[in-house]
Amino acid sequence: MPVELYRIDDRLIHGQVVVGWGQPLELRFIVLVDDEVAASDWEQELYRMGVPPHMTVHFHSVADAVAALPAYQADTLPGLLLTADIDTMIQLVASADGSIRTVNVGGVHHSPGRTARLRYVFLTAAEEAGLRVIASLGVAVTAQDVPGARPIPLEELLQTADGA
Amino acid sequence: MTNLESTRTIRAVIAGHGTFASGIISAVEQITGRGDQFLAISNTGLCLDDIQHVLAQALDETGATAIFTDLPAGSCTMAVRRLVRARPGVVLATGINLSFLLDFAMRDDSVTLTAVQRAMESGRTSMVVHGD
Repeated sequence: MPVELYRIDDRLIHGQVVVGWGQPLELRFIVLVDDEVAASDWEQELYRMGVPPHMTVHFHSVADAVAALPAYQADTLPGLLLTADIDTMIQLVASADGSIRTVNVGGVHHSPGRTARLRYVFLTAAEEAGLRVIASLGVAVTAQDVPGARPIPLEELLQTADGA
Repeated sequence: MTNLESTRTIRAVIAGHGTFASGIISAVEQITGRGDQFLAISNTGLCLDDIQHVLAQALDETGATAIFTDLPAGSCTMAVRRLVRARPGVVLATGINLSFLLDFAMRDDSVTLTAVQRAMESGRTSMVVHGD
């Protein structure tokens, strides 16, 4: 499966993605799915500057990503797909005809209304429901910030009170 | 033993992963006693917008015009790049090391692009591989 990781991370491209996951997975491309970034050349250039020369970043709106996804999944090189939020990942999973089997919750940080689940995962009730929707579509949802950490299954994540 | 009370102002904000910033500042303090020129910011637990907000607040409150970060692809660097877009006078240096910061700390001149570039050169040349 050339898209090795489908990740929800509100920091999008940053150290954990480029180095933490990028090196062990030998990533050669990142698919960044975000309507706001897809509409801004300046934002795209910002993220391109953050990756090493051997890594290509492809930018898509949610609507465009649905159509483009099969080509990335058929790529012979390893890649990673990123969304900044849970709703975007729901749309991708729902449109992917079962081709997305796992989703990694890599970083949903603190903001008003969210409850701490892990030091890097804070969720509103609606976001918790969103993750359950993804799981109901036959996807294994786990929280894991870096490769060396234990993947925490969704049910365990949602039972975690705070900062465990 | 002379105890000189510091009256230095913050010249630069150091931002990075985990305790990188506080750690490298503590090293500068231990070596030179000039760690109080710097303010440490960690990205731990913060989303990109919050990092940007904290950094903007740090610049406003200290009057610093330079931000140094640890990793070119890091979230702090991303946040600073957005920030400097709206603040043309702010200098960003990324990928810093201890030699860089020592060079910058030991010169009392104002924060200029030249001073930062000179420190960067010092940081680069300090990295040496020994062995076969």
